[in-house]
Amino acid sequence: MSYIELKDITKSYHAGNNILEEIDLTIEKGEFFVLVGPSGSGKSTLLRMIAGLEEVTGGILKMDEKIVNHLQPKDRNLSMVFQNYALYPHLSVEQNILFGLKAKKISKTEQQKRLKETAEMMGLSDLLGRKPRQLSGGQRQRVALARSVVSEAPLCLMDEPLSNLDAKLRAQMRVEIRRLQKQLGLTLIYVTHDQVEAMTMGDRIMVLNDGKIQQVGKPITLYNEPANLFVASFIGSPKMNIGRAEIKEAPGLLVNNTLAFSADARLQEALEVHKDIVVGIRPEHIQPATHYEATHSLEVVNVEQLGNETSLALDVGGELWTAKWPGQWEIETGHLLEVYISQEHLSFFDAQTEKLIRPASFSGHGEVQAI
Amino acid sequence: MTNVTAAIAQEEQILFEQTKRKQRYRQFIKGVLFLLPSIVLFSVFLFYPLLRTIYLSFFLTDASGATTVFVGWDNFVTLFQSTIFQQSVKSTFLFVLYTVPLTIIVSLFLAVIANEKLKGIGFFRTIFSSTMGISVAAASVFWLYLFHPTIGFLNIIMEVFGLEKIGWLTDPSWALIAVSATTIWMNIGFTFLILLGGLQSIDKYLYESADVDGAGYFYKLRRITIPMLSPTLFFVVTVTIINAFQTFGQVDILTQGGPQNATNLIVYSIYREAFTNYQFGSASAQAIILFIIILFMTIIQFKLGERKVHYQ
Repeated sequence: MSYIELKDITKSYHAGNNILEEIDLTIEKGEFFVLVGPSGSGKSTLLRMIAGLEEVTGGILKMDEKIVNHLQPKDRNLSMVFQNYALYPHLSVEQNILFGLKAKKISKTEQQKRLKETAEMMGLSDLLGRKPRQLSGGQRQRVALARSVVSEAPLCLMDEPLSNLDAKLRAQMRVEIRRLQKQLGLTLIYVTHDQVEAMTMGDRIMVLNDGKIQQVGKPITLYNEPANLFVASFIGSPKMNIGRAEIKEAPGLLVNNTLAFSADARLQEALEVHKDIVVGIRPEHIQPATHYEATHSLEVVNVEQLGNETSLALDVGGELWTAKWPGQWEIETGHLLEVYISQEHLSFFDAQTEKLIRPASFSGHGEVQAI
Repeated sequence: MTNVTAAIAQEEQILFEQTKRKQRYRQFIKGVLFLLPSIVLFSVFLFYPLLRTIYLSFFLTDASGATTVFVGWDNFVTLFQSTIFQQSVKSTFLFVLYTVPLTIIVSLFLAVIANEKLKGIGFFRTIFSSTMGISVAAASVFWLYLFHPTIGFLNIIMEVFGLEKIGWLTDPSWALIAVSATTIWMNIGFTFLILLGGLQSIDKYLYESADVDGAGYFYKLRRITIPMLSPTLFFVVTVTIINAFQTFGQVDILTQGGPQNATNLIVYSIYREAFTNYQFGSASAQAIILFIIILFMTIIQFKLGERKVHYQ
């Protein structure tokens, strides 16, 4: 059952200059939906339109089968968590949490009951008397979440809620938010510029760039079958290695004038249709030549030891590619390194339209393991 | 051998202490040099006049201001027994009471409506703050015409409504109110501007969050705007009170302290005592009393204010 429906939504502040275009989207009830994109892509604007804080320039916004384009934020039955938490500095934690309930004139006993439940759930019971300035970043974040939980609105919107926290706390809050959403059965729309957050938290992700939808889908689908070059390089860290391909003395192709691959029949067909081709390969698919015979040898430019894995920067025809090898490897820079790159791990994109021609063909078998 | 090393160590220690002291002394000189401009200015224009005023308040003077007879506390005693001075103090307090709350309320109202994001709001902001750019003399002359008994705009309006004409500046029961109205009008510009600045520095996310939470306009005004504005309000109240106690220009131009001393505010009274009656001793005593009144009002305000003001 679709809970939120966006039909052909556009937004512009000046006529003829759309910052969001043709946004068509449905979000299911109880779904954790992530809007991700670089800054300036319009993701926050879209969220604020759903909240009712920005006017919808064109298109239809439906919630629960009803058109809500012109409803005030308070009539949309939703809660929102802001990037800077928007806590009232002059009110205590308790007053902050109860602010909305008091505004809606909910009975005192109900207020206290909800406050107690929420404070316990969020671990804020001991902090109720404090002012926001006496709280740490993580605690403030929890108060902001508690405000949203206490409203019992079925839809929650979050605008980059973790971007003010340090990396460790962010990882912890990711888990907490995810758990909270499942526990309460919330429909959650989450805006972030951090693709790691998007991948780890979302049931589904929408990638937005320059006000246009790039791709909507499950995290793994976006990772394995990115619809275009933008999604390919945006999702995944380190990002996908991209190289220009040339067809050289068929049936083969040459990437960045350095890496030679053979092309099978299907690929050849595709190559004939598209003139300019760009290939992409994930860092983990440039593998050590231990289990397989080496296919190429590349110059090592830099080595980063991360403990659990080793990140290598390799020179491929003048461009730096990254390889990610699990475990610890003792490799010296400046040397030639034997690597194994399988042709089936290559994704192919049209250089002109930047659209995906063929995803890496391994996907669907072997990579995702279900238990 | 060990004695020699100990002696050297001791010498080094002494040298070290000396250098440290020298450095500290240098730091002090540097700091004073930086402070020197303000020390000089404050001394010439504030500390010396203040001390001189205190000194003068214990003397009788001749017309040129030279001290003649030491009278001790006599100047103060005479003042407290004088009905004119009592009237003056009473008028001043009434004047503060009339002007401060109304200035704040009107300015706050204007600031709140001028804070709305509407087309052409800049025009209204300019208009509302424009009185800040008008000198006391110009404003007083402008109001002098409004208050004019026959051709004044106010009395014309009274006539239209079939009411009796009022001698705004000549009737003792109206004069203080007339001067207060002028003062409020003149002070609104500054107060409005400061309050608008305060309003604009309130984080807009707070309002958006309240919107989502379902808070109404007046709920937001009461629970967010006023508390968040409290430091600004406090500042504005303090400044307005001090300004009100020090009012001079409008009184001089509109009423010259009359009628029947109804608008003879303390500063005007000081001026008259010193430069009309040439009683510099008595004028200085009044000045000291005014200084103490303002000091106390400000202290009380800070004591009360601390509890109600939410600094971020």
